[in-house]
Amino acid sequence: MPLDSKTTGFKYIGTRPDRPDGIDKVTGKARYGADAYASGMLHGVMVRSPHAHAKIKKIDASKALALKGVKAVVTRADFPTGLEGEDWNIQENCMAGEVALYDGHAVAAVAATSLLLAREAAKLIEVEYEVLPHVTDVDEAMKPGAPAIRAGAADYSVPEGLHPNVMRYIEYGHGDLDAGFAAADLVMENTYKTEAAHQGYIEPHACLAQLGSDGKGEMWVCTQGHWFIRRMSAAVLGIDVANLRVTPSEIGGGFGGKTTVFVEPVALALSRKAGKPVKMVMTRSEVLRATGPTSSSSIDVKMGMKKDGTMTAAKVTMRMQGGAFPMAPIDSALDCAFSCYNIPAVHHEGYDVLANRPKQAAYRAPGSPMAAFATESLVDEMCRALKLDPLKTRLKNASREGTKASFGPTFPRIGLVETLEAALAHPHYAAPLGPNQGRGVASGYWMNWGGETSVSAALGEDGSVTVSVGTPDIGGSRASMALMAAEALGIPYENVRVNVVDTGSLGVNEPTHGSRATYATGLATIEAVKQISTKLCQRAADKWGIPAEAVIWEDGCAKPSGPNAGEFPPLAIGELAAEMGGTGGPISGHFEATPSGHGGSFGTHIVDVEVDPETGYTSVLRYTVVQDAGKAIHPAYVEGQFQGGAAQGIGWALNEEYIYGADGRLQNTVFLDYRIPVASDLPMIDTVIVEVPNPGHPYGVRGVGETGITPPLPAVANAVHAAAGVRLRSLPMSPPRILAAIKAKG
Amino acid sequence: MVKVHLWSGLRRFTDGADVVEVEAKTVGEMMKALVEAHPGLDPVIKAGVSVSVDGKLIARGLHEQVSDDSEVFLLRQLKGG
Repeated sequence: MPLDSKTTGFKYIGTRPDRPDGIDKVTGKARYGADAYASGMLHGVMVRSPHAHAKIKKIDASKALALKGVKAVVTRADFPTGLEGEDWNIQENCMAGEVALYDGHAVAAVAATSLLLAREAAKLIEVEYEVLPHVTDVDEAMKPGAPAIRAGAADYSVPEGLHPNVMRYIEYGHGDLDAGFAAADLVMENTYKTEAAHQGYIEPHACLAQLGSDGKGEMWVCTQGHWFIRRMSAAVLGIDVANLRVTPSEIGGGFGGKTTVFVEPVALALSRKAGKPVKMVMTRSEVLRATGPTSSSSIDVKMGMKKDGTMTAAKVTMRMQGGAFPMAPIDSALDCAFSCYNIPAVHHEGYDVLANRPKQAAYRAPGSPMAAFATESLVDEMCRALKLDPLKTRLKNASREGTKASFGPTFPRIGLVETLEAALAHPHYAAPLGPNQGRGVASGYWMNWGGETSVSAALGEDGSVTVSVGTPDIGGSRASMALMAAEALGIPYENVRVNVVDTGSLGVNEPTHGSRATYATGLATIEAVKQISTKLCQRAADKWGIPAEAVIWEDGCAKPSGPNAGEFPPLAIGELAAEMGGTGGPISGHFEATPSGHGGSFGTHIVDVEVDPETGYTSVLRYTVVQDAGKAIHPAYVEGQFQGGAAQGIGWALNEEYIYGADGRLQNTVFLDYRIPVASDLPMIDTVIVEVPNPGHPYGVRGVGETGITPPLPAVANAVHAAAGVRLRSLPMSPPRILAAIKAKG
Repeated sequence: MVKVHLWSGLRRFTDGADVVEVEAKTVGEMMKALVEAHPGLDPVIKAGVSVSVDGKLIARGLHEQVSDDSEVFLLRQLKGG
């Protein structure tokens, strides 16, 4: 355990104070990506390919540039050449080079004095294309004869003989698979498919960028991670990171989709060319067509089970397309596929495949929901076949401390068993059901993350404390950091202010991703403020004329550590702070690390649905999330993460999908057609916070942001099966598909 | 000697071995020794990997200690949303 641990007896941790940014957000004062203005600011608009795959033969911007008020047009020719690896991928995705790789791929951009003028100018930029054959389905993209999107780009891992669209291949496992299947009483194997879904953040991508001819620039941007934005933008433009200062706005949702760049380097390029600041704000259609949805997947799963429910062997083959670029999340999908279970023999195989779609981006537990849909659906099917209770069967096989994980290492202390036991004991699991109603359960896992982290804390003259963090506040992290700082210092929550600061103010911070902010930034916050209390103890010791070791920090005060230290009244933080200018100067603390003690989080969900046999429409009647949080710092925000993950998973299960036409163009580019669940679609989602402390965090925190989206896909599918008697192995389970399955059953 | 467990797809770079033994006291020394013993692993490690030491996932801590008793796995690089 890296720090002094404290998992009980908290004063502030576990309370539910108002969020410090709440009033600004509900009164409209909070400034989001599109809320920035600068003197002389121009508006940038992108020109996008209307083709799924096309050679760019010519771009003529003369008519656009002839318009009064049009100040600059950029194409790929305005970006440096010679980039390699992921830098090249990012540059190519932000602005196409020789070939447009998907519907919506940016091919040019224009900056003008008004948004209307910029839009008009974009229409006047003439692009001559040679349309190429395209492919958007992952299975089709691997077949002989499928158009090769980037021949020769596969990495070292791909064996000879596979289609050139296969970019990466992964294979691993342990145990004797044949013996495991031979020992089973039942072996089942099925194929499952999931369609791409979008994170559906309400705030579109937006930035205000300024880059001078001297190569120095600044950017205001809506992002999960401004150091990532700085590094990627600098790489795409060929400038030094130190010359670019990036300030994050408030953020209206990200869920992984705002950990990379789309318009930001282009806005900087336009600014550099025009000599003016340039603002770019995506439309919803642009967000859906040209940012980073999930991969779509096609998954074969095979499992062996004994009559008593003991799992004997399992095998998964996963094919994922991540758009026209490599790095679909097959790695984490495979790692999560069987992570809930202690299975003696497992085998994993994965294919990362190109297709003519936008470059996938992270979305809440990338890959894990797809894997869970396949695995947890099959487990449900096998429990039905063997007439076993699905929760008890999961409990019988559950991973626990000491289990050799399906992906290799031995699990440390984890909380899956506790979530299963809590779900079994929950009244929801025993509640009666009506006609056409069914109940489904599923479990899921996300391994979480630590990541590069840097935090500073400064003591004010009145004893209040300012904490500077580099992880944008998406889900209430200012409140969580303030609670942890208050707990560590023994001062009221209200006396801590947490600011999300720019790239010039701290060392590198990874984004708020990987469910890491409360864990990693929290750990760094605790350590930073402990440096303050240590320094305060020194000041008190100096005043009392005793060694610093004879002073302890307790309840916001410096106190003699025992009778041998002498009799002195406690010195409160406010008293010490008021005189710090005369006792040695300013007091602050700083901590930076890449903590690796993040503990994984497991969850188990229960859902009741009713399926209308005449329309195929599914109503979600009741939903319960049970998840291990390690320690809930601010329980209301933990519950919010649980509920948000469930809501997004329900949408992915029932309605959300990228629909491509035969021409390879996205058909549903607005929220009217890309249907995310709204409040009226959902019941109140009940939550149960399980707390199995993570030994890698001083207060036991586990990240909670991502696991919640993992079980809903299979849980809803299992409930639909229970309600309608039909098994849907392809998502989404939209009313027409369910109705067709009901009719096919007869 | 530290026993490093590799994922199966890397066997072709290690003469078919799933487990490779190297002399190392830190993760950094372990990576270096792996590449020296099996140069085919160089692009794999350069592309980015994670290391699990006794169940703790280490992404970039080359100074982290390993011992002959450690359970060490080379894993694919992971990131979240």
